[in-house]
Amino acid sequence: MLSRLSKYKKYQFMFSELVKRDFKTKYKGSVLGILWSIISPLFTLLVMDIIFSNFFGSSIEHYVIYLFCGNIIFSYFNDATNYGMTALLWNADIFTKINVPKYLFLLAKNVQALINFGLTLVVFFIFCIADGVPFTWRFFMLIYPILCILLVNIGVGLILSALHIFFRDVAHLWPIFTMLLMYASAIFYDVRTFPESIQKLLYVNPVYQNIVYFRDIVLNGFIPSFGYHMLMLGTALLLIAIGLLIYHKFNWRFLYYV
Amino acid sequence: MSVLDVRDVSIIYRVGDFKDIGLKDWVVKKLKKQYVAESFYADKHITFSLERGDMLGIIGSNGAGKSTLLKAISGIMRPSEGEVICNSNVVALLELGSGFDGELTVKENTFLRGALLGYTRKFMLDKYQEIIEFAELQEFEDRPFKHLSSGMKSRLAFSIASFVQPEILILDEVMAVGDGGFRRKSEEKTREIIAGGATTILVSHDLEQIRSMCSKILWIHKGEQITFGDQTQEICDDYQAFLDGVLSLEAVKEKYSR
Repeated sequence: MLSRLSKYKKYQFMFSELVKRDFKTKYKGSVLGILWSIISPLFTLLVMDIIFSNFFGSSIEHYVIYLFCGNIIFSYFNDATNYGMTALLWNADIFTKINVPKYLFLLAKNVQALINFGLTLVVFFIFCIADGVPFTWRFFMLIYPILCILLVNIGVGLILSALHIFFRDVAHLWPIFTMLLMYASAIFYDVRTFPESIQKLLYVNPVYQNIVYFRDIVLNGFIPSFGYHMLMLGTALLLIAIGLLIYHKFNWRFLYYV
Repeated sequence: MSVLDVRDVSIIYRVGDFKDIGLKDWVVKKLKKQYVAESFYADKHITFSLERGDMLGIIGSNGAGKSTLLKAISGIMRPSEGEVICNSNVVALLELGSGFDGELTVKENTFLRGALLGYTRKFMLDKYQEIIEFAELQEFEDRPFKHLSSGMKSRLAFSIASFVQPEILILDEVMAVGDGGFRRKSEEKTREIIAGGATTILVSHDLEQIRSMCSKILWIHKGEQITFGDQTQEICDDYQAFLDGVLSLEAVKEKYSR
């Protein structure tokens, strides 16, 4: 028990140093530094608003917030998985020379994405106030989708970082996949224009699941059903389970591929 | 009571096409049945055990399986057969200079490396000055790591590792670096660590160094254990004779198999 505790402490320092390193190397030499993580989603939002508000703005209330709900979740997913993908390969130098738990590299990358997300979330709330969206106690429930998408990101990150070691093509395939996923996440359009069956199919997409939850709380003023909560948690845990399984199975083989 | 027990350890190493090929090549090679993935024994039935304070020298020509064996001892690889029994804190120094981040400063890298080697934050804060002074890099602590010369890099790596007071310290051809002055210092430091009760494993092509420092010798040739014992000088003499072509491998094997 005591040895496990000291092990945990040891990894805690290792983990925080890895987070620091990722942070410093990412923003090295950039003047605005971490502010970029707010600026870039805001630009996306601006461009989308200019283009799409003509098409959908009239039928969707608080269209900017509607867009923002979609963008904030999607860009968090996009950032976290894209950073996460390289977690193993870029640290190959370390794990082939020093015995460290490999998942720490991925978790460190996820912390970085989470911080970016947190900052964007602050801007999101400012937008909500500016747009006259009423704040209610229900907003506290947003913790739930945030937790779910965090788990999804870690799960997908585990899977991707392992695949990336085996096939470097993943680095080129994943951006294509996320682009398709973006269109399947109803970020700027209203799903009600689609037939029922397609609307249902979209729920397979964890990013969409979380966007819907956000919109229900922020714009529609209600908390989704218990079953919906279970669907989200189930998807997240499934992805984590697959990721852990892959790491467990290939833990000793990664070093042959780097 | 031995600190390290290596029992009949064999390690299968995999080489072949799986490394660095893209998805396309993989599919094509699979289809054409040209896909080659070979396994070979990097180490075969290695058995030895070390007591507290022992200094083991591992000798053998290139490709003998020395580094692979060290990776199994430090827990980076898992033996395919047999087992490594070790309940101590192992610090391995394999290939100095790798695992550092060129963009970070010397100080940041020192903390990162310390964390990866399993030191606590408190320990690093206490020892940082000593480490940097030992490495003689005081003027460089805020410079990017990539500005250091390769000698300086290995000096830093050695300093960080040597302050750990590990129960087992593994040095893989790391003492042959640095200038004469630092080399003497690092040898002294290593002696100090051994005097403190640590068990040390040294891989070196410098036979004089092995003769003067080691209390036990393990000779491996192409994965095979030729001999293990504490008659250091005798084994070194035979190894030298073998290298000079005076003694054949069969003769040596014959001698030690009795």
